[in-house]
Amino acid sequence: MRDLFTIALIWSTVRLATPLILAALGGLFSERSGIINIALEGKMLAGAFTAAAVTYAADSKLHLGAASPWIGLLAGMSAGIFIAAIYAIVCIRYKADQVVSGTAINILMIGVPGFLSGALFLSSGSTPQIPKEQLIPWAPIIIAFAMVPITWYVLYRTPFGLRLRSVGENPEAADAAGVSVSRIRYSGVLIAGALAGMGGAYLSIGQSSLFTRNMTSGRGFIALAALIFGKWRPVQTLLACLLFGFTEAVSIQMQGAIKLPAFFATLLRQTPGDDIPVQFIQMVPYLLTIIVLAGFIGSSRPPRALGIPYQKEK
Amino acid sequence: MKLLRELMFPLIAVIAAFIVGGILILIIGDDPIVAYKLLIGSALSWPDGIGYTLFYATPLIFTGLAVLVAFRCGLLNIGAEGQLYVAAFATAWVGITFVHMSAWLLLPLCFLAAIIAGGAWGAIPGVLKARFGSHEVINTIMLNFIAVALVSYFTQYHYKTPGDPIMETTEIGGGAHIARMGKFLPGFPERIPLNLAFILALVCCVLVYLFLWRTKWGYELRATGSNPTAAEYGGISIRKQIIIAMTISGSLAGMVGINEVLGYRYRYYDGFSASYGFTGIAVALLGRNHPVGVLLSAILFGMLIRGGIFVDAFTNNVTKDLVDVLQGVVILFVAAEALFRGPFGRFGLLKRSKV
Repeated sequence: MRDLFTIALIWSTVRLATPLILAALGGLFSERSGIINIALEGKMLAGAFTAAAVTYAADSKLHLGAASPWIGLLAGMSAGIFIAAIYAIVCIRYKADQVVSGTAINILMIGVPGFLSGALFLSSGSTPQIPKEQLIPWAPIIIAFAMVPITWYVLYRTPFGLRLRSVGENPEAADAAGVSVSRIRYSGVLIAGALAGMGGAYLSIGQSSLFTRNMTSGRGFIALAALIFGKWRPVQTLLACLLFGFTEAVSIQMQGAIKLPAFFATLLRQTPGDDIPVQFIQMVPYLLTIIVLAGFIGSSRPPRALGIPYQKEK
Repeated sequence: MKLLRELMFPLIAVIAAFIVGGILILIIGDDPIVAYKLLIGSALSWPDGIGYTLFYATPLIFTGLAVLVAFRCGLLNIGAEGQLYVAAFATAWVGITFVHMSAWLLLPLCFLAAIIAGGAWGAIPGVLKARFGSHEVINTIMLNFIAVALVSYFTQYHYKTPGDPIMETTEIGGGAHIARMGKFLPGFPERIPLNLAFILALVCCVLVYLFLWRTKWGYELRATGSNPTAAEYGGISIRKQIIIAMTISGSLAGMVGINEVLGYRYRYYDGFSASYGFTGIAVALLGRNHPVGVLLSAILFGMLIRGGIFVDAFTNNVTKDLVDVLQGVVILFVAAEALFRGPFGRFGLLKRSKV
């Protein structure tokens, strides 16, 4: 077991946790204001595609050199904000069901990048390779980890944070106290868009060097799971993201390093000493989320007004 | 008049989605009229167009009904995707394990396997909600990923032909095959995979209607969905209804496995579902959570899938991703119903109807 905790594994955990941290903290702002964020996945996809497309264009067409990934990162965040704005208008202004419209955004964002890249790059769903020098492997990691204390401070030490939490817990009372429920909720959802967009951008122009079809492959949902596992609190959410990043790192790096214990091997009708099937490691975050949500590991209580459109009394 | 009103709104949502799609097609430099003509033309040609449209519609009818039943009980089942994977694998497992059994015994067993496995996988979030109050949306999402990993494990490690590079199981017994429509329809070629599961889907539409609107159990389920507090006062156990609704919902989603495994590929093929579970949400919403509506909108989405392939091949820039785009926009418009009620509502075309 000792050779499990190598520097390489820790580094890989940090890298894999970064998009989760960004998206989960984004989701935290949105959910703490009372808006469910099933659409994290779609926002990440929007960010990943836009960042890759813009970085590629800035580098190869406009020859902006070292500035291109930064422009790409900003573009990815803007794409996240744009998608979040659609989601916010539908959910807040038109009081649509948040889960249903979030699902719509996710389906839409599986289609739109492919649709656009088919026309822009004459490819089916991926953007061209970006040269290694024009990637941004460090900045998003630093931003992600810095965002944890910032989120904590904003949430618990600023008037905005107080309003955000009160709108998510008891919008009637917040409204009576003169807080604009919809304005706070709009800000929460838009911040989520920016952070999830950055998380997606990191996937395409940080970890990888191009956008591929559905490249988030469920990371938006893992981020959502981490948020629930972290009980909607910044520091716990960070720990949950690191844990889920670690399980992913293990499933990638430790292929063959951990052997299947004899008991499980018999149970699974496999030979003892086989590798642990990668599928079982992949399941861990989802199983943990179900267990924690059922209240087996302390209680995980969502914000009270989560998912309920606010109807102002006339 | 009531029917007109019910039809009006979904129609507006579909037209609005096509307009948004058309604008996108224009932006990427193709002619939307040409693309849409191609889409509809290829989806309605005889026999291939209609055959494949109905074949693609079949799983969507099942998942649409699954979402509908849960919705009527006030639950959102985003887990149809996981339920159908587990069920498809279960039915294939029976077909592989009892490969030499005669059709009279094997076929009912395979049907049961799909229905029971789907129902059981759907019951899990139901029980979790009834017992612990944890939200079914999160649990169904998590169970989707667990289901996919689980069946992929069994396929890879236990039921694959050794050396096969494709992630698929060995073939099921011949007794478990169900007939394709070409056997019964003169002039309808048997290479089109439309099979008896489509008829089963139609039967399920009728059964779901009868169950929900003509039986006491259906009434209790709907009462729980429309007003849980009143239902509880009326002596209905909400917890029981939640579990029942999720189990039925899962069983319906599970029947996708019958179409896929017993009627089409005759084996379990890993990752076969083109998001049928998620499209089911669109189908149910667009169909106003009524079996007839589900049937109609499943056929519409079946047309889109079929036509999308042709648009992809025969236009310069438009890819089959257009289908996902249209689907997403339709759900968005249906969800934001109030968007339309403003300008149109004044004319009394769109009165609020309880979903």
